[in-house]
Amino acid sequence: MGAPARSRAISLEVNGEQIELEVAARRLLVHVIRDDLGLTGTHVGCDTGNCGACTIHLDGEPVKSCMMLAVQADGAKIGTIEGLAGDGELTPLQQAFNTHHALQCGYCTPGMLMSATALLERNPHPTEDEVRYALQGNICRCTGYVNIVEAVVAAGGGSA
Amino acid sequence: MTTVTEQPTTTLKRGYVGQSIPRREDKRLVQGLGTFFDDVRRHGMGYVHFVRSPYAHGKIISIDVSKALELDGVYGTLTGDEVAIHTDPFFEMSVEPGGNIKDYALAVGRVRHMGEPVAAVCAATRELARDAADLIEVEYDSLPVLVDAEESLKDEVVLHDEAGSNVVWSGVFDWGDVDQALAEADHVVKIDRLHFHRFSSTPLECAGALVEYDKGTGEWTLTCNHQMPGIGAIWMAPALRTGIDKLRFVTHDIGGGFGNKICLHPQYVVLCLMARKLGRPVQWTEWRTDQHTANAHGNERTFLDVEVAVKADGTMTGFKVKALDDCGAFPRYEPLGCIIWAQVTPGLYGWRNIRVDFTQVCTNKSPASPNRGYSRMQHLWLTERIIDIVATELGLDPVEVRKKNYVKAEQMPYETPNGCFYDSGDYAAALDIALDLIDYGSIEERRKEAASRGKLLGFGIGSTLDSGTNNFGQSTLLNPDLQFSGNNEAASVKLDIFGEVVVTLGTVPQGQGHETTAAQVVADILGCPPEQVNVRRGHDTWFNSHAGFSGTYASQFAFTGLGAVKGAAELVREDMVQLAAAVLQAPVEAIELADGFARIKDGPEEAALPFMALGAIVNANNAFLPPDFNPTLNHRYVCRPYFGMVDTEKKTGQLTLTYATQIHAAVVEIDPETGEVEIIDYAAVDDCGIRINPQIVEGQVHGATAHAIGAALSEEFVYDEDGTLLTANFYDYHVPHAMDMPPLKTGAMESPSPVAPLGAKGMGEGGGGGIHCLGAAIQNALAAAGNAIVYDSCNPPHRVWSMLQDPEATRANVEVVSK
Repeated sequence: MGAPARSRAISLEVNGEQIELEVAARRLLVHVIRDDLGLTGTHVGCDTGNCGACTIHLDGEPVKSCMMLAVQADGAKIGTIEGLAGDGELTPLQQAFNTHHALQCGYCTPGMLMSATALLERNPHPTEDEVRYALQGNICRCTGYVNIVEAVVAAGGGSA
Repeated sequence: MTTVTEQPTTTLKRGYVGQSIPRREDKRLVQGLGTFFDDVRRHGMGYVHFVRSPYAHGKIISIDVSKALELDGVYGTLTGDEVAIHTDPFFEMSVEPGGNIKDYALAVGRVRHMGEPVAAVCAATRELARDAADLIEVEYDSLPVLVDAEESLKDEVVLHDEAGSNVVWSGVFDWGDVDQALAEADHVVKIDRLHFHRFSSTPLECAGALVEYDKGTGEWTLTCNHQMPGIGAIWMAPALRTGIDKLRFVTHDIGGGFGNKICLHPQYVVLCLMARKLGRPVQWTEWRTDQHTANAHGNERTFLDVEVAVKADGTMTGFKVKALDDCGAFPRYEPLGCIIWAQVTPGLYGWRNIRVDFTQVCTNKSPASPNRGYSRMQHLWLTERIIDIVATELGLDPVEVRKKNYVKAEQMPYETPNGCFYDSGDYAAALDIALDLIDYGSIEERRKEAASRGKLLGFGIGSTLDSGTNNFGQSTLLNPDLQFSGNNEAASVKLDIFGEVVVTLGTVPQGQGHETTAAQVVADILGCPPEQVNVRRGHDTWFNSHAGFSGTYASQFAFTGLGAVKGAAELVREDMVQLAAAVLQAPVEAIELADGFARIKDGPEEAALPFMALGAIVNANNAFLPPDFNPTLNHRYVCRPYFGMVDTEKKTGQLTLTYATQIHAAVVEIDPETGEVEIIDYAAVDDCGIRINPQIVEGQVHGATAHAIGAALSEEFVYDEDGTLLTANFYDYHVPHAMDMPPLKTGAMESPSPVAPLGAKGMGEGGGGGIHCLGAAIQNALAAAGNAIVYDSCNPPHRVWSMLQDPEATRANVEVVSK
């Protein structure tokens, strides 16, 4: 057997755009998104998979992009925060984050929005408890989650 | 409904100020279009990784970088030996012995805490830099480890040979006559030991910077997330043997700070040296585990031999205490923690006789640095613990004893025993709002109901003060030779050629919404909608819109930051009015600025100049202006609050200017089987004077409360006896998640500050109230199970369980001597 490949060509669909690129076999998906594709809205807040700042959509599911290698995403459809608001028109959830003051420093916000967007897609009218459950993998150090939960519930038409 | 916001008790006539205008920062941040330092790239940039000590204490025998340098793509390395040649040690604030400590940007000859940077390597990618760091061989000779402040005090092992002692600073603060107060007391309550634990607010964005060196000019540009560049530059420039003018700090968006991004000068100096040595831009992003291990821990403080003087009616007349503060391996900003607590010496209470014998020592742990509520929180926790322990031991009601001892609204402004002035507030009224929010009247009924389910219910109050706008003159109480006093902040406002109002701040926001609140203030002054005001993001030394103490820290934006904005806007306004008067040929008194126009009050419709006309005249079409009339429409203003001098003999003076009040109240249930604490009701009441933007204020209250809840119930930096940090990342260091946070009820009142430019007090650091009230609530719940005394500020299930198993062990800490 020869030596294992150190890099590989992969293809991704990122925010609707088809992308082919060569990535180091050990490169994390989040670093490809941030450093190779320049989509810096996806953030890194920890090194243990706890914080959720790097949450993206992988084939429609919210995943932490620091917890997988880029080569594992070969062939996948990836959605990042930059793809949420089509032409600068904020989604109702993004708008609700603004209205309800659901962000302060904004560092966790992209991950929060990706997790919450996925929640609203599978459960359009979540309760407060359902929102808290869905966001438990996303750490925010600024808001105490109060207004984040309120914003997501409001975006689903409810009131917290 | 999870949140209740009370209406303000005082309503002033305001325009945009006072409204909860949605934040303008949000639009970019919710789209992932913010710019954080790690988002910035440069051609040829190298990535830096630090080699860190795996040992808490040891001699460095040798460092061999040769294998790392052989790796393809590695640009270079830096070691402590080079740092010692090319830089001077950072200046120390303390007098001897701490003042003799030699602190370099990398370890020189010796490591003093786990995670201490020993060498740095720069490579083409992040991954390669880590690989290369693994190839750097460091040989250590281990030394005995100190992880306990009381052990450290014995000086059997000394961390810094130059200092000859582990003591950084010590001094006695003695105000009033505590011996007489104790002699005249009806009860003396003695508490042997209380412990405020190590934790930090751990902002989600770690520290870092992109550093570029311009060989032609000798200037460094740091695109970074330092939250106090003024002080950062004062530390760095002399160490780098350069002038402060050679350091340009640039910040964009910052992912939280909470004080933890004030002491970044060691790492930044390494980056400056590396950028110069390699002749290329270098970038460093701290890893989470490194942030926890070796960046910024909050002060750990042990309170010993507390004695409290209590009268028969429950009036407390004074207390004395020995405070032993553990600043970790290097003091850096820290000796200031030995004095900053004195801003709130009596807490919220009227006792006049206080003696604090304060000592700070080094240990083999991460250096401490400011953390939200810095140094005051520890001391306020002490005062609140005293109140609740005295109440428990003497059978006093925790509400009544507070109301009896609180400083009263009619005493405001109130001079504390050490010469600080509490500017305004009504603590008893704030407490009443909190009690209403948690339905205090039903506590006993709920206690019975909980008991029927086998749960222990407890109720607790946390009263706290958020002192804002530092007088840096307090540093002279530590070291009379220090040349710091007062405070300042700058801002610039201009009206540009097409009528754009542009505001440049000296402050360095990390989520506090300065762009929004500054626009509100300017809009009111210039008479235009806030949307017309462009507040530039971040800080840039080259804007020349900063002052010596520029930054965002110590609850002062509402005073100094907005004071500077107001001052600059008023100067521009004056220019605009004079210009409009000249052009419209009307007296200046007849000119009003409103709706984006300068116009003649009640004049004809055409007697109005849009801002664009004013901007264009001054900037591009000014030939007709008379030679002695030169409005610039562009002003920089420095807000310099007045403090007067401190008295270094008596250790008195005005150490800070505004005092926001926070009263927290909590109801908890404890599972006696597990020691698990569940918060079932929680209220936080904030009084920060005039609220520029109530929604932002409430957001700060939420966030500070979350930090307190985390600190009170789970967040703790735990070291083993070898000095290994056991909670080195979010895996083991549990911060509150969405499911951990209880619903929060908030209330507000507004006691305008008579000293602040807008009546608004700095705020955001009052979260300590949560640590106080949860400790009190736990103690209250444990009353029915052996009456344990809560002696630690962190009470995770295992500690509560221990108190349930052996309440007497905690009670042995406390003694009441009655006459």
